[in-house]
Amino acid sequence: MNNPLALVGRAFLGFLAQTGRAAQFAGRAIWHSFTPPFFLRLHLAQIMRIGYYSLPVVGLTAFFTGGALALQIFIGGDRVGAEAIVPRIVVLGITRELGPVIASLMVAGRVAAAIAAEIGTMRVTEQIDALSTLSTNPFKYLIAPRLVAAILTMPVLVLVADIIGIFGGYLVAVTELDFNGAVYLQNTYDFLRTNDVVSGLVKAAVFGFIIALMGCYHGFHSRGGAQGVGTATTNAVVTASILILAANFVMTTLFFR
Amino acid sequence: MARQAPKIAVENLAKAFGPKTVLDGVNFNVKAGESLVIIGGSGTGKSVTLKCILGLIRPDSGSIRIDGHEVTRLSTSERERVNRKFGMLFQGAALFDSLKVWENVAFGLIQGRGMKRAKARDIAMTKLAQVGLNAQIGELSPAELSGGMQKRVGLARAIAADPEIIFFDEPTTGLDPIMADVINDLIVATVKRMGATAVSITHDMASARKIADRIAMIHKGKIIWEGAAKDIDSSGNAIVEQFIHGSAHGPIQMDVLRA
Repeated sequence: MNNPLALVGRAFLGFLAQTGRAAQFAGRAIWHSFTPPFFLRLHLAQIMRIGYYSLPVVGLTAFFTGGALALQIFIGGDRVGAEAIVPRIVVLGITRELGPVIASLMVAGRVAAAIAAEIGTMRVTEQIDALSTLSTNPFKYLIAPRLVAAILTMPVLVLVADIIGIFGGYLVAVTELDFNGAVYLQNTYDFLRTNDVVSGLVKAAVFGFIIALMGCYHGFHSRGGAQGVGTATTNAVVTASILILAANFVMTTLFFR
Repeated sequence: MARQAPKIAVENLAKAFGPKTVLDGVNFNVKAGESLVIIGGSGTGKSVTLKCILGLIRPDSGSIRIDGHEVTRLSTSERERVNRKFGMLFQGAALFDSLKVWENVAFGLIQGRGMKRAKARDIAMTKLAQVGLNAQIGELSPAELSGGMQKRVGLARAIAADPEIIFFDEPTTGLDPIMADVINDLIVATVKRMGATAVSITHDMASARKIADRIAMIHKGKIIWEGAAKDIDSSGNAIVEQFIHGSAHGPIQMDVLRA
């Protein structure tokens, strides 16, 4: 019992078992998301909840992130040529990295938590068992709509975040740093690359998948009443956030090297 | 076969969660149209037995046959087909809180069987009337109902699709004695009217006496006594005796820490 190697080994085996369970869950979730029957009404409701109602949060964070980014680059960079450097880095940073990552982290906090709490409560009050006894597959009825909605709406949210983030940078540059607005916009436009935006949107779809999957997975496996649901909610947000950052690193490596 | 196969046949059912053995070779049969009540203390494996039959928990070993067909190793879609024979009243009613009362009752008809909403609504209202709830209540959300009413809605949902087999998980737990008796009466009336096979689990002896044709007692993962409901008082089994009289002293020792 007290052998430290045994403790490390047990923890590692536990981690592997958990990863295996999550992967199996992901496989089932994907399978049931793309095979009939589809509950279109539920899909629409989730698109509203996950996508539309996240707009204010995503918009605000993107705005302030873009503004802070412009300010930092100006302060830290060379004043000579700042007119070109600031818009260039803002547009690159927002579309490639900060737009998708910050928007996804915010949505993870909002949506993964809500999904885990809702599905977790349904689990501990036996509502998920009730679904099965009423000949309704919980994967199709509960998980597929959330998964599909998150994958579809995250890219749209990130597109909005890109626009508002760049606008935040523009506003700071023009009002605080005395940049010429027309020149700033021209520079932004010149440095805007389709690939940068598209890669960010691909990332966003993957992050959406991670967010919904972690919310559903932890909620679905929650145990033991209110405390269990609380733990599931925390775990959903933490694992979703870590996986988003890890996946971001992997995708950046794949796309840009 | 000369005689009809039992509606439900459970043989040597075993299930362990980690090191904890919950079911240790459970055997029982239920004939068509019969009402079996399984009694036993908390944590003796009553709920796990029901959930194994419903396919919510996969047993480690043993066999469960419904109408003579083995159901322990079915695929998801086959399982859904078998589950159409079942209705289940959950302990906490397990109503979907995002849906209205009538939508809860109609859920199995609309989602499970693809019935039109208008027609399913009519059936739901009829079932609600059968458990003594009117159409106005059908428009409420489950959170607005008392515990007894939620149980009745749960019962209406369980019988909505006219199942051949109905399970009741602690149908009277958490209700006052009068509401408990109302639920018992409703269970007896609906099961008899539908001619359904019923399996209930409970530790409420008043309820067990009222709804059972036969009673089986589960203890430490095994059925230790089984017989007609009227014979429960002359079981000659010390464990059954202690349980039905609710005595703290006897062969069942509770692990209570004494300060």
